Amino acid sequence: MKGGKLLTTVVAPLIALVISFAIASLVLLLVDIDPFFAYSEMWKFGTTTESLISMINRAIPLFVSALAVAVGFKMGLFNIGVEGAYLLAALVAAWVGALFSVTPVLHVSIILVVAMIVGAAWNGIAGWLKVKRGVHEVISTIMLNFIGFSLSAYLFLNFFQEDTGSLITATNLIPETGWIPSLNPVLGWFGVEPRAGSELHGFLVVAVFLGIFYYYLVSRSRFGYDLRASGVNASAAHASGINPKRMIMTTMLISGAIAGLVGMSTLLGFTHRYVQDFPSGFGFAGIAVALLGRNNPVGIAFGALLFGFMERSSLILDLKDVPREIVTIFQGVVVLAVVIVYEIVSRYAQRRAVAAAARATAEQENDREVVAI
Amino acid sequence: MAQVPVVHLSGVTKRYPGVVANRDVELKVMTGEVHAVVGENGAGKSTLMKIIYGMVRPDEGTIRIHGEETHFKSPKDAIDAGIGMVHQHFMLADNFTVLENVILGSEPRRGAQIDFRSASDRITELGEIYGLKLDPSEKVETLSVGERQRVEIIKVLYRGARILILDEPTAVLVPQEVDDLFDSIRDLTGRGETVIFISHKLEEVLSIADTITVMRAGETVGTTTPDQVDAGQLAEMMIGSELPSPQTRESTVQEEVLLEVSDLSLRSGSGRDVLSGISFTIRAGEIVGVAGIEGNGQAQLVDSLMGLERSATGLVEVRGKKISQLETRERRAEGICFIPEDRQKQGLLLTSPLWENAALGHQYEEPYAKGLWIDKRGARKQTEEIVRRYGVMTPGVDVPATALSGGNQQKLVVGREIMANPVVLIAAQPTRGIDIGAQAAVWEELKTARAAGMGILLISADLEELIGLSDTIHVLFEGKFVAELDPNDVNPETLGSYMTGAGQEAAS
Amino acid sequence: MTALVAGAKSLGRARLFVLLALAGVLILTIAQVITGTEDLTSPSTAGAALRLAIPILLAGLGGLYSERAGVVNIGLEGMMIAGTWFAAWGSWLYGPWYGIAFGMLGGAAFGLLHALATVTFNVDHIVSGVAINILAFGAMRFLSSISYGSETGGSVVQSPTVQGIDNVDLPFLAGGNILGRSTPDFLGWLETHDWFYVSDLAGIARGFMGSVNWMTIIALAIVPASVWLLWRTAWGLRLRSCGEDPWAAESLGVSVLRMKYVAVMISGALAGMGGAFLVLVQAGIYREGMTAGRGFIGLGALIFGNWLPFGVLSGAFVFGFGDSLRFRGPDVVRSFILAVAIGLVIAGVYAISRNNVRRTVITGSVGVGFLVFYMLVSAVPNQLLSATPYLITLFVLAAFSQRLRMPAADGARYVKGEAH
Repeated sequence: MKGGKLLTTVVAPLIALVISFAIASLVLLLVDIDPFFAYSEMWKFGTTTESLISMINRAIPLFVSALAVAVGFKMGLFNIGVEGAYLLAALVAAWVGALFSVTPVLHVSIILVVAMIVGAAWNGIAGWLKVKRGVHEVISTIMLNFIGFSLSAYLFLNFFQEDTGSLITATNLIPETGWIPSLNPVLGWFGVEPRAGSELHGFLVVAVFLGIFYYYLVSRSRFGYDLRASGVNASAAHASGINPKRMIMTTMLISGAIAGLVGMSTLLGFTHRYVQDFPSGFGFAGIAVALLGRNNPVGIAFGALLFGFMERSSLILDLKDVPREIVTIFQGVVVLAVVIVYEIVSRYAQRRAVAAAARATAEQENDREVVAI
Repeated sequence: MAQVPVVHLSGVTKRYPGVVANRDVELKVMTGEVHAVVGENGAGKSTLMKIIYGMVRPDEGTIRIHGEETHFKSPKDAIDAGIGMVHQHFMLADNFTVLENVILGSEPRRGAQIDFRSASDRITELGEIYGLKLDPSEKVETLSVGERQRVEIIKVLYRGARILILDEPTAVLVPQEVDDLFDSIRDLTGRGETVIFISHKLEEVLSIADTITVMRAGETVGTTTPDQVDAGQLAEMMIGSELPSPQTRESTVQEEVLLEVSDLSLRSGSGRDVLSGISFTIRAGEIVGVAGIEGNGQAQLVDSLMGLERSATGLVEVRGKKISQLETRERRAEGICFIPEDRQKQGLLLTSPLWENAALGHQYEEPYAKGLWIDKRGARKQTEEIVRRYGVMTPGVDVPATALSGGNQQKLVVGREIMANPVVLIAAQPTRGIDIGAQAAVWEELKTARAAGMGILLISADLEELIGLSDTIHVLFEGKFVAELDPNDVNPETLGSYMTGAGQEAAS
Repeated sequence: MTALVAGAKSLGRARLFVLLALAGVLILTIAQVITGTEDLTSPSTAGAALRLAIPILLAGLGGLYSERAGVVNIGLEGMMIAGTWFAAWGSWLYGPWYGIAFGMLGGAAFGLLHALATVTFNVDHIVSGVAINILAFGAMRFLSSISYGSETGGSVVQSPTVQGIDNVDLPFLAGGNILGRSTPDFLGWLETHDWFYVSDLAGIARGFMGSVNWMTIIALAIVPASVWLLWRTAWGLRLRSCGEDPWAAESLGVSVLRMKYVAVMISGALAGMGGAFLVLVQAGIYREGMTAGRGFIGLGALIFGNWLPFGVLSGAFVFGFGDSLRFRGPDVVRSFILAVAIGLVIAGVYAISRNNVRRTVITGSVGVGFLVFYMLVSAVPNQLLSATPYLITLFVLAAFSQRLRMPAADGARYVKGEAH
């Protein structure tokens, strides 16, 4: 029933957002801050051209990360290991990318492929452990995150560092052929002229393609059917011929491959090298966005943009004596709220669907005796 | 002066949407007797017991305990009245010891701690009195089925039950355990306890019961005693003296063997032989029926044939090609499909739209898939066709499967499997929960498919269906095929006896 | 023996734990003799291992109560984070023992949230746990910003230093004071004599009993107390029944929903206590991120310990020991690797004696692998050292996951009155 889908995918998150805003406002009131003042300041700052560009830039890795997590969620697999996967992938890809220089499209593609392979391999370990040894993927992916941090620190400091021996800890710079250009020229076509230093990451294009790929993979392909069936009813999925172990492994690999791309917008569009303080935390934030977006690419996009907006616009709060961390509370509350509200709403939607169908067929049915077996 | 019955149900009626589970039931149980209630699946025995035990309230009728009219609001009221129910499906925590399972919720205390000593003593005492020997410190998971049943019985005795209801107690026991159980039952009644014994195994019933009440289709057919009837007569009462006559038709059985099964056996984790030496063939244009009371290995047979249960031994060939080693998807690709016994568990994605459910099991072929992609349009078209041909009542093909009634869900599942045009179709309880009109339609479809050369394995508890459709009937009892019968010659006595194990002595 | 029950079996596990520990120390001693290092069995290593094990132990015990009642608690990390923050805040305002109380309350509050989501609304347990972690992280950061932001030594990510809980030397065995009078240091005396194995044992024991913190003693006491509570009282039996078969429990009149709530809140309180330990005993300060995944390692200890209190203790020790190696230096780690190799080879021999070919091959080859690693690598790089506890957790889970038994209805969806 179309209404039911709408209810759960749109209404549930909306209700959760409203509740979260209410709670955040309450918290602000408790510390003697006018919430509307805070919101209006955030809005004013957040809607400038530069801020909107920053919002999109911040949203891109969140979006990709959420896609990676969502692939697993569709099957009931919890891939918490996006964090470790993307950092390792970014490191290795940065190092590999700096080793050579070829035509731009090829160069960038190679870097992306390397990142995907590393990500897939790293998350694949967790998949293998689950299939072969029965280790629950939540714990194994979390452990692998920490191991990944250590491993990347080791590789970074011992092998992948810059040759010039300077004090900056970073990998070699990727030649310009391995850069993704900014999209500011495109913005110029529409008459948007941001200030210098504010560049719209070109990876946005790749991210959009990734979103479309996710849609086709999950909703239209045979694999996606198997994936979703496994998540809805593992027993029926098995009876229909789906091999559960193969599904788990494949899903983790795909999830890891997407995870590997999370750091690519930063790497190829901004820093062009892997630095010690390469942006982290996207792995966990991605989980929040995936939950908020109900594993749906459009919902995830909105969620990512919302988070991006809040992170960017919260910068102004420091200057206005409002604790910036209200945003983190909001993000935390919204995640919990959305999963609770979703349960309630989906149960309601189900009851409605059953009642509607019963009504529709009751007219068609006469008083027939049903065989009781 | 006539004794007051300890349990007296009269005029009890219970209706559920679409079915009358109990209609005007009369049951009189005297103190200290073993009173058996027999009937087929769906006869209404379980509902009646749930009413006695307080889990379900009757729509009409009275319940009298020791002559006083009572209304139970919950099982707790029944327990307080001294009624204890030993369920067919045990409610025991595997990781707990016998003692822990028995005392849960009624633990004896010694200060702040549980008084293990007194509980253990009491359990041992009860065990000795009633011949239900158990070691209180053993974990339930190590116990055999018979021992677990003893735990359930001790559970109710521990709480002071004087009236015990045993629901299909021998369904999962081996003969030796059955003897032990019957000894215990005699001990119980010898000491004045009352036992209500629900079963479909007629030989056993005749050997243990003092009084027998027969139910059929929700009504009490009659009450008798073991010295007045024999197994055959009981079977007739249970099943009805008139068996449906098979429709005379021309046989469509051809020479070609589509499915050959040799010596299929399966041993469960606890060592029980769930299937032993199953062998049969299905030829093109043939419907092979499998009769038997549920729980005798039907589900395991289906799972083994479909490749869901990989530890079965034996040979399975489709059109001469060995499929015993293949996994489920490959078996389906070879042309073997199935209608599952439990559609909600194995056959449907309840929260997914109908057209996705139609694709389930067939998502790798046309019309549901095209290359690597799901062909949504093809799937919807096919689903609409299924809906039309099989009379699935639904507002559309986009509603979630859970919105459909059980009967309509079943029609969808049957339709999608038959329309996938398999070589061999396994149909387990294909018309469960369907109204008569739709049932007839399904039967027509099965016959048409057979005439077109499909081979069908029909596993059913509905004798009308079995006899009406099958070209030959195997009877499955405790994991073995104990008889092969011709539907034209079968009579209720023979069929009933084989199904309930009464003919075992004759067969062996 | 009719009076024997599972509780006694749990004590039997304690005996097993002791035997394995003794065997482990023997292996370590041998490795030390070969490599010439001292630190594997020194008192300082032992003391450090104990100190690092306690937060893991408390988190694991928290997981125990929750999962025994059938609720999977991934949110232990978040509850621990809450514990760290509230303990620092409480100690900063009122003193260290208030800090413990506040830490436990903070953890329990998040436990309540988790219970609400999973028990009342039937949200998937793992999803709820992940959400709790995110929320706890954000909430604590916010609280820091409004409390510590302007204090000296404080910022959004850390608190000013706070007062901790004291240590104590156990009397007689480690030279502590009774009523003001000093007592002999028996274990210390044994240790100085350098007798093979005996002195090593004494050294380790001395490390445990000298300069041991009150919170450590309390935390350790919770282990046998939990055995008693869960296996010897009616309350404990009913709690465990919720995790084994809540439908059977319901049919016998147990209030399953209420027990789950209580269990999850206890779980949060224990994790919170673990956080309090980190602040009040180890660091003396609240720092964002100081839990470093210990909530998850605690879960690992729970699984390793087969959901039993003394098992969790052994797991916590193994992981705590691994954690302590980080700070001991590369030769010690090398020595440890040798010890692991020896242990695996022995396990392989044991598997041969049991005619288990597959296990022999696996343990044997992994053992040889460790041996080779030992001989080739002269110093384990520092960055990889920091991964030790996580590697050990992963390794242990991979080796043992399939043989362990979690409560039968752990994580199951339970709705009151719903047919099973």
